[in-house]
Amino acid sequence: MTADQNASPGGTGPSPLLIRGGRPYGEDVQDVLLEAGRITAIGTDLEVPADAEVVEADGCIVLPGLVDLHTHLREPGGEEAETIESGTRAAARGGFTAVHAMANTLPVADTAGVVEQVARRGETDGWCSVRPVGAVTVGLAGERLAELDAMANSRAKVRVFSDDGKCVHDPVLMRRALEYVKSFDGVIAQHAQDPRLTEGAQMHEGVVSAELGLAGWPAVAEESIIARDVLLAQHVGSRLHVCHLSTAGSVDIVRWAKERGIDVTAEVTPHHLLLTDETVREFDAVFKVNPPLRTAEDVQAVRDGLADGTIDIVATDHAPHPRDAKDREWDQAAMGMTGLETALSLVQLTMVDEGRLTWRDVARVLSEKPAEIGRDEDQGQVLEPGAPAHVLVWDPRSVRAADPAEHASRSRNSPFAGIELPGMNRLTVLEGRPTVRDGLVVEQ
Amino acid sequence: MRHFISIADLDRDEAIAVLATAEHMAETQSRSIRKLPTLVGTTVVNLFFEDSTRTRISFEAAAKRLSADVINFSAKGSSISKGETLKDTALTLQAMGADAVVVRSGSSGAAHLLAHAGWIDQPIVNAGDGAHEHPTQAMLDAFTMRRHLRPGDPTAGLDGLHVVIVGDVLHSRVARSNVLLLTLLGARVTLVAPPALVPVGASAWPCEIRYDLDEALATGPDAVMMLRVQSERMVGGGFFPTAGEYSRRYGLTTARAASLPDHAIVMHPGPMNRGFEIAGDVADSPRSVIVEQVASGVFVRMAVLYHLLATDSREGPR
Repeated sequence: MTADQNASPGGTGPSPLLIRGGRPYGEDVQDVLLEAGRITAIGTDLEVPADAEVVEADGCIVLPGLVDLHTHLREPGGEEAETIESGTRAAARGGFTAVHAMANTLPVADTAGVVEQVARRGETDGWCSVRPVGAVTVGLAGERLAELDAMANSRAKVRVFSDDGKCVHDPVLMRRALEYVKSFDGVIAQHAQDPRLTEGAQMHEGVVSAELGLAGWPAVAEESIIARDVLLAQHVGSRLHVCHLSTAGSVDIVRWAKERGIDVTAEVTPHHLLLTDETVREFDAVFKVNPPLRTAEDVQAVRDGLADGTIDIVATDHAPHPRDAKDREWDQAAMGMTGLETALSLVQLTMVDEGRLTWRDVARVLSEKPAEIGRDEDQGQVLEPGAPAHVLVWDPRSVRAADPAEHASRSRNSPFAGIELPGMNRLTVLEGRPTVRDGLVVEQ
Repeated sequence: MRHFISIADLDRDEAIAVLATAEHMAETQSRSIRKLPTLVGTTVVNLFFEDSTRTRISFEAAAKRLSADVINFSAKGSSISKGETLKDTALTLQAMGADAVVVRSGSSGAAHLLAHAGWIDQPIVNAGDGAHEHPTQAMLDAFTMRRHLRPGDPTAGLDGLHVVIVGDVLHSRVARSNVLLLTLLGARVTLVAPPALVPVGASAWPCEIRYDLDEALATGPDAVMMLRVQSERMVGGGFFPTAGEYSRRYGLTTARAASLPDHAIVMHPGPMNRGFEIAGDVADSPRSVIVEQVASGVFVRMAVLYHLLATDSREGPR
């Protein structure tokens, strides 16, 4: 099936698409009919409209298109590692229909001009919806607020602000940022890392760092910032989002904050759901990431937190790097891992197959809730007639070893190379048009 | 042995074999002609990303006494200082036909990476990687201890000995390699340091950790190894209030040295901060084996190169 066959005759809109025999949310078998960019019917034995294409879903899971709240697309400025085109291609292959593009580009996305440029490129080049994240501070320097309102009221309608990669560590600045975004229903997504406690830090501080002689990144450097921030959010009545939480202590603090009714949400990355600091022993910088891989106890705690709802979402922190940035001594290599193309497989492996999450929960943590936090009105909707036709058909029975060489991302720094991962993207539909079929991007 | 990267890669028999070879090498060095033909025609590259005159010339002397050709490749004034990566340097050395590479780097894992990244096929010797390991230093320390405390038996380990290692453990690759090797050889190790200079996570190491030097010395150790305080690596600062306070609490003063058992030896990997971690009089005293450690270094490095490069290394040196 090519894109041509999927265009309705005489028009530019997508032709009707019937997903037959799939299991929405992994529950009962139901057909899903997509017409004119919307879901128009869900039920058993739906009639096939005359001009409709039929996709046999054969018991596959049908989910709303995934939404990533934390993606580094690298454009502008880092096109050697990724572009908006290649990054959204990777996203589509991963089952995503929307990504939030982090602000640490060159130039930094700290003005209306840059976020509008990113949004526009997303519209023209994107294989999924691109929502720019605005920087909290000018140049991510942590000294003064960027023009948040201008970004919020630009065409890009920014709602998520983050200095990700850097922590808004000045408590007064963080307080002001939290207060400021209230007027346009924004959220501050904090990269929680006390800079003084992590000077020169290379990996999780513990038994392995002691042995390897690498400077430690202590859990307390994350936890102390999260503790401060939830108290600040409570004090000023603002919305806080905690990026890529990684320690057992962080889970405890967020759980405590939620019990007190503080308006905080939190994310965990797929890699923190599986990998530990033991991987560092080979000094392969593909395992170097910030926050660092933690201990097996931390992995267990973030899984528990995701299962019980303390952690609201899974976000990839997809961080592509060119090969040269990783082919180096550990302390000179760049931090970050790609993750868009393996995210759902990781969630299936660590949570669904372990009986910790249902597929309905997966829809919540990878689609509905990230869209809600990011205020993506058109994304993460419940699969029902009238909802926009952003749909993923996922075959959970497929198993294959991850191979970064096959990835659509421009970069190859996936830590999962060679690991047997479950699940396969059979079909991803964005606004009624297939972007991916059987794992391959549908060239337009 | 394919590479010599980490004490953690060795078993006891391998460690003893290297020490035994080093004893043979020491014997040859008392002959009138000290140069052995063993490695004629081979080229050993000393790749030093960090300044270290002592270790470099020790490796250079070791290789030359085995008749190897030696190329010194140091950071200053070379392509490395112009921003060349480890990978490109390795590819260059591979293309030039080095037979072994001795590497010193400020980055933990550099030697491991060089050995396993697929850039170069030759044996790699770790001459110190960051705060990770310095395996030939530990071998020369064990060699020196064995000569003084377990003399005469080339198959002996260090069973039953008690070694106290004092000072900046956090930044010390010497301490890490020694904890592994000395315990592998049967010794008991006590680390003594101010708490901020003990790595978080070191409680998992196979040794005892104390904060009080006088208490540790009162147990009557067989050897005391003083570590250099690596002020240049103390990122973030504040590890101890002043040099004076450190010296009072953790310096090996003449009074402390006098409290040691008569047979106990005093060691230091060098370079020393005289008057800081060790009193000059102690460093120069009869119980100090610090200069002898330097001589041992050449024998041990000859032994390591021999085990990695000599085609007849299984039969022992002639």
